[in-house]
Amino acid sequence: MEVRTEPFVLNLGPHHPSTHGVFRMRVTFDGEVVTDVEPMFGYLHRGIEKLAEGRTYTQIIPLTDRLDYLAAMSNNWGYVMAVEKLAGVPVPERAEYLRVICGELMRIASHALATGFLINELGAFFTPLMYMYREREKILDLFDMLCGQRLTYNYMRIGGVSHDAPPEFFPAVKQFVREMPSYIDEYEGLITTNEIVLSRTKGVGVLPRNLAINASASGPFLRASGVQWDLRRKDPYSIYDRFKFDIPTGQNGDVYDRYWVRINEMRQSVRILEQALADIPKGDHRSRVPHLLRPPVGEVYGHIEAPRGELGYYLVSDNSIAPYRFHVRPATMINLTTLRELAVGWKLADLIVIFGSIDVVLGEIDR
Amino acid sequence: MAPLPQNPGGHSAVLQQALPPDWPLGNPWLHFITFTIIAIAFGMLMIIAFIYVERRGVARFQIRLGPNRAGPEGLFQAFADLIKLLLKEDIVPARADKLVHLMAPIIATVPALAIFAVVPIFGNGALFADLNVGLLYVVGISSIGVVGVFMAGWGSSNKYALISAMRGVAQMVSYEIPLVLAALGVVLFAGSLSLNTIVDQQGIPYLLLQPLAAVIYFLAMSAETNRSPFDLLEAESEIIAGYHTEYSGMKFALFYVAEYGHAVAASALFSTFFLGGWKGPFLPPVLWLMIKMLVVFFVGFWVRATLPRLRVDQLMGFAWKGLLPLAVINLVITAIEVLFWPTQSMWPLVPVNIVIAVILVLLWSRIFTLGGGKIEVKQGRVEVKGAKTVEVKV
Amino acid sequence: MTVALSGKVVAEELSKAMPGAVVSSDEKCLLVDGASVREVGEWLKTSQYVFDYLANLTSVDYVDFFEVIYNLVSLRHNHSLTLKTRCYERENPSVPSMTPVWRGAELQEREVYDLMGISFEGHPNLKRILLWEGFAGHPLRRDYL
Repeated sequence: MEVRTEPFVLNLGPHHPSTHGVFRMRVTFDGEVVTDVEPMFGYLHRGIEKLAEGRTYTQIIPLTDRLDYLAAMSNNWGYVMAVEKLAGVPVPERAEYLRVICGELMRIASHALATGFLINELGAFFTPLMYMYREREKILDLFDMLCGQRLTYNYMRIGGVSHDAPPEFFPAVKQFVREMPSYIDEYEGLITTNEIVLSRTKGVGVLPRNLAINASASGPFLRASGVQWDLRRKDPYSIYDRFKFDIPTGQNGDVYDRYWVRINEMRQSVRILEQALADIPKGDHRSRVPHLLRPPVGEVYGHIEAPRGELGYYLVSDNSIAPYRFHVRPATMINLTTLRELAVGWKLADLIVIFGSIDVVLGEIDR
Repeated sequence: MAPLPQNPGGHSAVLQQALPPDWPLGNPWLHFITFTIIAIAFGMLMIIAFIYVERRGVARFQIRLGPNRAGPEGLFQAFADLIKLLLKEDIVPARADKLVHLMAPIIATVPALAIFAVVPIFGNGALFADLNVGLLYVVGISSIGVVGVFMAGWGSSNKYALISAMRGVAQMVSYEIPLVLAALGVVLFAGSLSLNTIVDQQGIPYLLLQPLAAVIYFLAMSAETNRSPFDLLEAESEIIAGYHTEYSGMKFALFYVAEYGHAVAASALFSTFFLGGWKGPFLPPVLWLMIKMLVVFFVGFWVRATLPRLRVDQLMGFAWKGLLPLAVINLVITAIEVLFWPTQSMWPLVPVNIVIAVILVLLWSRIFTLGGGKIEVKQGRVEVKGAKTVEVKV
Repeated sequence: MTVALSGKVVAEELSKAMPGAVVSSDEKCLLVDGASVREVGEWLKTSQYVFDYLANLTSVDYVDFFEVIYNLVSLRHNHSLTLKTRCYERENPSVPSMTPVWRGAELQEREVYDLMGISFEGHPNLKRILLWEGFAGHPLRRDYL
């Protein structure tokens, strides 16, 4: 005999400990089993795309900091690269190296936090998170040294970076790069073969390869599904064609693979950092660019491999000092497209973990 | 219907029976009042100690310092928190079931303290009441706590609280069984349900004689007291604060006390059953008990600081497929040992039982699977194979 | 390196398969007719170009018309194409939805609908995404102040 039960609807968020900010999911449950999920967002919408239409090209850089606030350097970088592409501004060699160093440090910091939060959502009582905060803290200190900021850097400039690195910066980064692999080993020792982690993440929230491509997934979320697609390798921007590194890819596309890909990307970032630190040349950190830049009429789509996926900027110029249209391709918003497919049939606890494995930042989704 | 058999000695005979023979003041009521105060004071003291030890200890696990501002080394942090909670506004949700909502914290807290009535704290016989059915009393009383949890979940008119309450009931009911079966092994060895006798009989700590029962008891006890990795009731990342999401002020403080009170009581019971309770050389018995409780609790929050949480179906599977068969096997083996092993030489039994425990645990880890996984959903409903829909007339 | 395909080359191939769909083309982009954009999308996905990945979908308000831009990438061949379509109506602009072809368009089309006010026919769940239901106007239009 089956007892008739009512499905019930739960508004998970916008105020919830594991929605990474002000995200809301309207979840329908049958018992504890998820039968429907609808992501809802916009609680952090600040209209950055509209605001940008009223600012000069340089004034937009601090706005991009506020998109993905856990990887602000990458946002800066993607934007200035799009403008450079649009206006044809050359970038000095040293600046490119500094950008790579910043971008990869940012990737380590962002992935550390993403992994830490993922394990936290699995129910570990903050311990992994605190361990990963330790390394993020060191990276933030490095950025503090570089540009005086810890969260919103505003460091990149059109045609270079705002300051050359202070002399004490490189030894500090070198030391960090020396230490980091042992810390990653420590995380792996604690997490990778933990029985409960395995039983909670293996086979959970599988994103098939074809669906991942069709749904425009990007970043570690795409690579975990077995697609070897990394813009640093497939469409090498900046100076990424000079570095040797591997692209870690998962096989099953489950939560565990996403964790595994992130951990291994941290290792690859360390490799890139080692090479960049060894080769960095002397020279200017910034080319001469007019204060009120007027790019020629045209449009450009510039994209970089940000920690959370493909971060694209679509800019339209009408030869004035402000862009005619400024659009951001939010990687994590597009990754959320398949949340329903991933979560239906799993339990509430799995829904939280699947959502955590996508690693969203609401600043970028809501803009 | 036949009349119920009357207690021959009447009410006072029961009181006298529970009274230790060397009680100097004669009046049983005076004894009960004294020991009520002592038991509650001891319980509260240990709760505050546990809160302090856990907050500072977990902080060390997490490379932080923990609270160290209030008082020397943060010793008064718990008191500061308590004062803050006392002074906070008491909020009752508009659509709450008021009476149930108000009663839930009390019902959740009282059993945790009431367990101390039968735990020998200060040495042989120095306890509130030496019940000859002490274990039954403990099992019965500690199950009442879940009623408070369920009332809180139901009465708050909050969906997170309701999910938590449902999980709580399922979890408590499931883990009660391996818990009791594990404790029965100890009872067989001691030959008594009285906690005082159980301690008295422990020449060798039962941890050594009953290693498997100790492991099962510890795991089931963690689940009963909602400690990691079985803390599904208060799974912060999933259901916020669980059943006490809607509680604030003093009522929340009572739940906090209840949570740690259950942990204190469970540690005390584990020490009593397996570690020889108040027994120990040199130090006064009460100190020995406190040390043993803290050691047990330390293992508990060590696990908490290390492991992630299980999913709800894995949790149930672990109880029914993992712990319950092991507990039954352990009980059978123990019964055979008690029947046939000569009671004079118990020490040779220690390595035998440890080997049996290791073999059984390894064997079970091979054949036991957590199970669970994706469930088919069709048209917004969970599909149950072979289920027939029956119209329920209301 | 992702090769940016010339719109002209693709337009030649496309006009063989679907005559009348191409409006204009240059080195950078391919502009197609609004009514047939979904068929073009399907053709691009299934033809020899195999554009299996919709990297970006956005829209621009040029006051005279709206332009919807699709940045397509082929993960197999590692080349890219910018597909565009125009919509000349201002009151109720509408373009066929790309969601049946690329799932990745789903949320991006909702965003365009929300902020630019272009509705997408055939979208499974077209409603506001960043702003709340009942918000007056579409902020990214040039005449929204």
